[in-house]
Amino acid sequence: MDAFIHQVLSGLATGGIYASLALALVMIYQVTHLVNFAQGEMAMFSTYAAWSLINAGMGYWPAFLLTVLFAFALGVVIERVVIRPVEDAPVLAIVVIFIALLVILNSATGWIYSYTIKTFPSPFPKEPLFGNTYVSSHELGAIGVTLVVLVLLYVFFRFTPLGLAMRAVAQNPESSRLVGIRVGWMLALGWGLAAAVGAVAGMMIAPIVYLDPNMMGGILLYAFAAALLGGIESPFGAVLGGFVVGVLENVLGAYVIGNDLKLSVALGLIIGVLLVRPSGFFGRVHVTRV
Amino acid sequence: MALLEVKGLHASYGPTRVLHGMNFAIDEGSITAVLGANGAGKTTTLRALCGMVKTEGEVRFGGARIDGRLTEDIVRLGIAHVPDGRGTFVNLTTEENLRLGAYTHKDPAAVESDLERVFGYFPRLKERLRQQAGTLSGGEQQMLAVSRAMMLRPRLLLLDEPSFGLAPLLVRELFEIMRTVNQRERVSILLVEQNAAMALDLADHAYLIETGRVVLSGPADEIKRDDAVRRSYLGY
Ligand SMILES: Nc1ncnc2c1ncn2[C@@H]1O[C@H](COP(=O)(O)OP(=O)(O)OP(=O)(O)O)[C@@H](O)[C@H]1O
Ligand SMILES: [Mg+2]
Repeated sequence: MDAFIHQVLSGLATGGIYASLALALVMIYQVTHLVNFAQGEMAMFSTYAAWSLINAGMGYWPAFLLTVLFAFALGVVIERVVIRPVEDAPVLAIVVIFIALLVILNSATGWIYSYTIKTFPSPFPKEPLFGNTYVSSHELGAIGVTLVVLVLLYVFFRFTPLGLAMRAVAQNPESSRLVGIRVGWMLALGWGLAAAVGAVAGMMIAPIVYLDPNMMGGILLYAFAAALLGGIESPFGAVLGGFVVGVLENVLGAYVIGNDLKLSVALGLIIGVLLVRPSGFFGRVHVTRV
Repeated sequence: MALLEVKGLHASYGPTRVLHGMNFAIDEGSITAVLGANGAGKTTTLRALCGMVKTEGEVRFGGARIDGRLTEDIVRLGIAHVPDGRGTFVNLTTEENLRLGAYTHKDPAAVESDLERVFGYFPRLKERLRQQAGTLSGGEQQMLAVSRAMMLRPRLLLLDEPSFGLAPLLVRELFEIMRTVNQRERVSILLVEQNAAMALDLADHAYLIETGRVVLSGPADEIKRDDAVRRSYLGY
C-alpha cells in the first residue's frame, strides 16, 4: 500500500510538470491553432540557462526568476522574429518551422553545453518533508511550485484586463482589433507566457531526469497526451490531463507494464483519445446561436 | 470641416477589386446613411475605413490620414465599428464583452460610468451580465454589439446593418437610441442599412452605392424623393 501511495504521489509531481507544459501547448494552440512542437526544447534551453546562472554562483531562486524572465523574452522574440513572418503561411509550412526550431534549439544546446548529462540542483531539502516516507521533498516542492504557477495564471487570465484581452484574441482576433487590442503584441505575450511556464516545468523536472539536450522529448509527449486528453482547447482540461497522465504513467509503469515501456502509455493515450474522443474530455462544446 | 473624408477609395479582396474610387464625406455630428443593393460594397466600405481590407486612396479622419494604418490604431482614434455579423465574443460573458469595448480606457471609474450609460440605453443587458454572450438572443447580441462599440466613447460610430434580425418594434427602438446617442453625445454615425425608409428618416445625409461606386448623394430627404431610390429601395 505504501508503495502504491508513493507511486501516486510522485506521479502527481511529474504530472504537475506535464500539466504545466500541456498548458503551455494549449496557450499557443488557442492563438495559432497549431501544436508547438518546439515547446519542450524551449523549456530545455531555458533550463540550461538556469544551470549556467547557478553554476556561475547565483542563488537558486534568483536564478529561477531570472530564467523565467529570460524564457518569457525568448518566447516573445521567437514569436516576433520566427512565427510572425509566416503567420499566413500554410499549416504545413508552420509545422516545419516548429520542427526546425526544435532541431535548432536542441543542437545549439548540444553545441554550447555538450551532450553529456548534467545534474541540476533542487531548491528543496534532501530530507523528506514532514518526516513522510512516501515522497521526496523535491517532488512535494514541485507540486507546490506547479500549483502556484497555475493559480497565478488563473488569476491573470480571469481577473486582469490584459488576461481578458488575451482570451479575446484567442477567440476572435478581428473583433479584438475592433476594440483596439494590439493583437500582434498579445500573440507575442502568449508565446512569452507559454515559454515562461515551460521554463518552470523544465527546472522542476531537471533534478529528476537530469539535464541533457534531449531531456524534454519524452516529457513533451506526455504533455501532448495530457493536452489531448483534456481537450486541446481547454486549459482546465489540459491541467487535469497532466495530473492524470502523470499518475497513470507511474502506476502502470510500476505495476503493469514496467518502467521500460512507460512512454508507450503516452502513445496509447494519444491514439486512444484520438480514436474515442478527438475533442478530449473537456473539449469545449461551443454554445453559439447564429 | 468634415470629420471623415474619403477620396478615390479602392478596395480589393485578393485580386478582386470591390470598391472603385469612392468619394464621400461625413460631417461632424451628423448621421449619414449608406444604401445599396446586396453586394454593392457597403460592408467593404466600412471595412476599408477601419483598415480591415487592402485599400488604395485617401481616408482622412479629423484631418489626419488614416488609410494604411492598423485597425487597432484607427479604433484608438475614436472610430467604433459594429461589424457585419456583430463580432460578439461568444465564449465570454456579456460583461466581459462590454469591458473589452472599453479596453483602451484605463480609468476604472470612467468605465463603470460608461457601463451605466450603456445600461441606460439597453437595460436588458444588465440582466444578462454573467451570461455567455453566445447564448444571448439575436436581438440581445445586436444590442450588445452596439453597446460594445459605445463603450469606446467613439467620435464616429460605424454601424453595419444594426437592425438585422431584430423585431420591428426593436428596430424602431434601436433607431431612437441612435438618434439620442447622436444628439446627446455628439457621436457622428455612418449607418449601413437594408431598411432604407427608416435609415433615410433618421439620417441627415445619404449616399447610394452601386458596384463599388457612389452613384447618388445628397440630403436624406432629397434622396427620399428621388424616383429611382423610391422604386428600388423604398418600394413605392
Ligand atoms: N472576403 C471576400 N472575398 C472576396 N470577395 C468578397 C469578400 N467579401 C465580399 N466580397 C465581394 O465584394 C462585393 C461587395 O461585398 P460587400 O459585403 O461589401 O457587399 P454589401 O453591400 O455589404 O452587401 P450586403 O447588403 O449583402 O451585406 C461582393 O461582390 C462580394 O462578393
Ligand atoms: Mg454587408
